[in-house]
Amino acid sequence: MSEHSSKLSAWDGTALAVSVLVLAPILALVLLAFQTGAVDSILALTRTTLGSSLLETMLLVVGVLALAGMIGLASGWLVSTYDFPGRQWLSWALVLPFAIPTYISAYCYVEAFDFFGPLQGFLRLMLGFRLKTEYWFPDVRSLSGAIIITALVLYPYIYVASRAAFAAHGAHLTDAARSLGCNRAEAAIRVILPAIWPMLVAAGTLVVLETLNDIGASQHLGVQTLTVTIFNTWLNRNDLGGAAQLALLLLVIVMALLWLEHSIRNNKRYALPARGQRPHQRILLRGARGWFAFLITGLPVLAGFGLPAFILVQAAIRQFKTDGFGGGMVKALGNTLLVSGMATVIILTLAVLLALAQRFTRSGIASGANRISMMGYALPGTVLVIGLLPLLGLFDSTINTIATSLDLTRPGLLLSGTIIAVVLAYTIRFMAIGLDQTQAGLGAFSRNMDFAARTLGCKEQRIASRILVPAIHPAIAGAGILVFVDCLKELPATLLLRPLNFETLATMLYGHASRGSFEDGAIAALLIVTAGLLPLVLMSRFLETSNRPSPDTSH
Amino acid sequence: MHQSKLFKIRVALAATAAGLSVFGFVPAAQAQAKEINIYTAREPQLIQPVLDAFTQDTGIKTNVIFIKDGLEERIKAEGVNSPADVIIQVDVSKIIQAKEMGITQGITSPVLAAAIPQAYRDSEGHWFATTLRARVVFASKDRVKETNLSYEDLADPKWKGKICIRDGQNVYNTSLFSAVVARMGEAKAEAWLKGLKANLAKKPSGGDRDVAKDIASGQCDIGIANTYYYGLMLNKEPDRKPWAEAVKIIMPRFVDGGTHVNISGMAIARHAPNLAQVRILADWMVGDKAQSIYARQNFEHPVKPGVALDPTVQAFGPLTPDATPMGDIAKNRKQASMLVDQIGFNAGPGS
Repeated sequence: MSEHSSKLSAWDGTALAVSVLVLAPILALVLLAFQTGAVDSILALTRTTLGSSLLETMLLVVGVLALAGMIGLASGWLVSTYDFPGRQWLSWALVLPFAIPTYISAYCYVEAFDFFGPLQGFLRLMLGFRLKTEYWFPDVRSLSGAIIITALVLYPYIYVASRAAFAAHGAHLTDAARSLGCNRAEAAIRVILPAIWPMLVAAGTLVVLETLNDIGASQHLGVQTLTVTIFNTWLNRNDLGGAAQLALLLLVIVMALLWLEHSIRNNKRYALPARGQRPHQRILLRGARGWFAFLITGLPVLAGFGLPAFILVQAAIRQFKTDGFGGGMVKALGNTLLVSGMATVIILTLAVLLALAQRFTRSGIASGANRISMMGYALPGTVLVIGLLPLLGLFDSTINTIATSLDLTRPGLLLSGTIIAVVLAYTIRFMAIGLDQTQAGLGAFSRNMDFAARTLGCKEQRIASRILVPAIHPAIAGAGILVFVDCLKELPATLLLRPLNFETLATMLYGHASRGSFEDGAIAALLIVTAGLLPLVLMSRFLETSNRPSPDTSH
Repeated sequence: MHQSKLFKIRVALAATAAGLSVFGFVPAAQAQAKEINIYTAREPQLIQPVLDAFTQDTGIKTNVIFIKDGLEERIKAEGVNSPADVIIQVDVSKIIQAKEMGITQGITSPVLAAAIPQAYRDSEGHWFATTLRARVVFASKDRVKETNLSYEDLADPKWKGKICIRDGQNVYNTSLFSAVVARMGEAKAEAWLKGLKANLAKKPSGGDRDVAKDIASGQCDIGIANTYYYGLMLNKEPDRKPWAEAVKIIMPRFVDGGTHVNISGMAIARHAPNLAQVRILADWMVGDKAQSIYARQNFEHPVKPGVALDPTVQAFGPLTPDATPMGDIAKNRKQASMLVDQIGFNAGPGS
């Protein structure tokens, strides 16, 4: 018994430790926010832009979630349930847009659909117009433009989750529902959708969080979100305290969302079998219906990946012709892979431990701690880092003070301005993705399995290592890819924390984009996309094969 | 037992330190070499030609980190151990803010004092300007007859639906609006900003280049942008050359005043480990060579009087900077930013 309880506390301890790590910079922000003691800036903002920016943020989030949800669900359903022309390559191509940073996609869309873009140029040529005032054309630089562009980049979150869920559980649930007299569509809506709902909510949460913390695309497209207001308060009014207050307001909203997600997941606890009981048979769609499915699934790939990639490749070729393969590019690629790889390994390890801790302990400590550990993703990267910076500084100055008092050489900065700081920030920021995905993966397997194993004398570590971790390896792989690609794209924390002379592909690209000529960074952008593509394709292949029943994981 | 535990802790500590130093940046070692650490909010591509020439002339190696938002916060957090030697900024309020945050120090240099007009350097030597950036009017060659405009004119209803501008909260704009507040007082500034908003052709968005683009596309007739974008588009960006060719530059003035300029400049970091090199760089930056590179490569106005302009910039006509002190522009920045929100500038015309 005593051994048992000491193990419980080890699980809880791990979860608590990670949550403290995530909470520390947020607490630093709280201190910053209330240092001044006043809430002047928020009060002033309530009279001006706070209401409208909250509304604009809400419209953006709801719009993105609805559109990304529709695209992700429809394509996930089609790809996992039916066979149609191009399904094979679409099933992995559908994840491609995720490799493109939102703000890059925004630049590309403006480039393509603006007055001087190829489309409007062609229209003018055909219709004989000369000036913008002579005809109507939708403006990309608008709220609806931002919704479409953001949703096209973020729908893969939903797609990946829904495809895995449909593939894992769709077949036997459809069978069950049909044996009760439902048709296929009814089965999908009334039986399968509720069953895979927790996984979808998890994916939807990531979409919402990522939309909330975007700054680059919103600014470029002229959308006044709360995050934009935070930046204006900080940088233009030199009011870091006020900005911190606003950031905390954003955090409260996000915590409410997470709480909502949590309660939804808890109320809908489905005990699904570990594996589909029979090989997954897809239904062949013939003729027009097949091509229709091809169209539905092909369009998001074309719009979310094809178009921006086409613009980038064009720009990269031009850049290559004038500058060649700019020096530093290879080094930046190496740096990017190094920090992203390190962070991914750390995050996955911690995420699995934390998800297990929550499953095995009933005290609620681990589950509470895990919710805190997801907060890092809710804040705009720069804001999070503003909280992190003083802590790194405090650590370094403490070490230096100790060294001085011991007559040792001062070690200088050990965390500030090192890649450790960058990896630490990634870990805090993207822990939510790893945790979210692994928790959702574990949630799909009944606790009865644990009980059964325990009655057979299996200890927790063994249940974890022999049953649960192998069972959720698709979820872990999925989480790994999402985290890795997010790290590749990560900009604000990298920018603020990296060492001197240290560039990642994202910071290199930003250097160009920031002076208004992102096309000079096209090669770097393409490298980000390419570096993200390989793992995405690998994951997709992996999910494809792991959905088939495999005898070696069933023991 | 107790000892072995202590030993373990020591080994762990040593290993950690070793591990950290592999990834770590150790400024102590760098202080020996002839190097200088530059924290810049200015895009690396824009200062690299100048820094390369500096290294060629002096043999001093430059280490660079480009950070936009949060640069000052990082230096502050690094504290006494900060490797930062100099800060390069592209906005006067930011550079003055760095001084107010206590992350800068003053140096005295007869070279700086001789090269830079007093208005464009800190009286205690904490910072100095390297270039001037005029915020002017881009106007359609085809549709705008005027060759002369005041900033006040931009609020005249005759331009209703004709003006384009980027995000009102962008520093280039809040800096201009801040000068307006400093000159006219808050009430008149608000009326002026409302007038400007009413004249907009569309919601503020994009960057200064987009102003030229929107004029070329006929969406607006005039726009507000910085001069050097025109030079860059015309001479260095073939794809955007047609945008530049569609516009002419009008150097507006305040009634009874001059043209609004912001600065790009350099501040000396408080705990600069390489102060000797900092002095060399500071003097070199205001020399003819560096000033000329800024003028020719970036199409900016050099801060040092008498340095030749690029022919493109020369053609704009003479620049008469407005006399509003830089300190006043920094002081009114917050007010200007609040005004932008108060009147809903970014919501665009008709809102």
